[in-house]
Amino acid sequence: MSKFKKKKSGELPPVSTAALPDIVFMLLFFFMTVTVFKKDDFKVAQELPFADQIQKLDKTDPVIYIYAGKPSDRYQDQVGTQAKIQLNDKFADVSEIKDYWFNTLNNEVGAQNRLIAITALKVDNETNMGLVADIKQKLREINALKINYTTKKGEFSKNLEK
Amino acid sequence: MARRKAPEVNAGSMADIAFLLLIFFLVTTTFQEDAGITRKLPPMPPEGVTPPIIKQKNLFTVLVNKNNDLLVEEEVMELKDLRQAAIDFLDNGGGTNEKNEPCTYCQGAKNPESSDHPNKAIISVRNDRETEYGTFIAVQNELVGAYNTLRNREALRLYKMKYTSMDSILSHPQTTDESVKKDLKDKMKVIKDMYPLKISEAETSN
Repeated sequence: MSKFKKKKSGELPPVSTAALPDIVFMLLFFFMTVTVFKKDDFKVAQELPFADQIQKLDKTDPVIYIYAGKPSDRYQDQVGTQAKIQLNDKFADVSEIKDYWFNTLNNEVGAQNRLIAITALKVDNETNMGLVADIKQKLREINALKINYTTKKGEFSKNLEK
Repeated sequence: MARRKAPEVNAGSMADIAFLLLIFFLVTTTFQEDAGITRKLPPMPPEGVTPPIIKQKNLFTVLVNKNNDLLVEEEVMELKDLRQAAIDFLDNGGGTNEKNEPCTYCQGAKNPESSDHPNKAIISVRNDRETEYGTFIAVQNELVGAYNTLRNREALRLYKMKYTSMDSILSHPQTTDESVKKDLKDKMKVIKDMYPLKISEAETSN
């Protein structure tokens, strides 16, 4: 009658690693699904300003992006150091905004979103307002009135530090 | 001849391959979420229409010059004081709105020299072409902050819930219940009508 056998003394059984691949696969699939590859290559500086009274832009929102800022170092000998606008992955002039906006609307966003499309302005912290005002004026002319000044989350006072 | 058994594939290195892929995706993942200050631009004025004249006391002028200094209502001001100044202006309620109703929910000083009603109060931001974008955003942020403070106060009083949290619940992708959405939208509309966002970004002066 020895129901309770004495355990063999000492040695711990080794931890089974059989489930390790499963766990790794789980993580893998997670990261695979959440990964979004960057759409455009930035050719302009993109140090966005800080703000804390912000609203999120959802991935499902119809968004059209416009970038602006000083050209990155390697493009400076071609296009100079003045702040530039970038549309898709090319430097562009203010006058090209209208064409770009309608092209993106029809090809990517869908023309039915004409009135609710948001234009996200991703403008570098150190850009002059003159350029931003020009962009805004062009958008007003084509009646693209919903805009979003894309910012990073943070205290506004960080904008003033140099 | 006996059929030969197919040799078993060694799956031992599966974990290594998975790890490699995992590390690749880990490195390339950016949890970037765009957020910012959403604004509606004024439509182009139809030709031949003169803009309505706004009483000076209902206008809160913020000027930003090319050295990024602030001039608020003709006085030099630090950026950190702007929010309170804007709140005082919006919440003043010294007079009546278009329907001649006084502002019953305003808690301001009721100064007859300042704004009549939040419905009539307009904040005008003017900036130089040389003004830095960062400063402009900081100013916009503070002005939106002033509106949010007032809206939060009224939303807490009426619905025991902050206006900003209503907004984030509404825009959250997991909020799918239509009745909840409609309820929030209605509530937010009431608050928005109390303090309508009226910030004018005038064309820049040279």
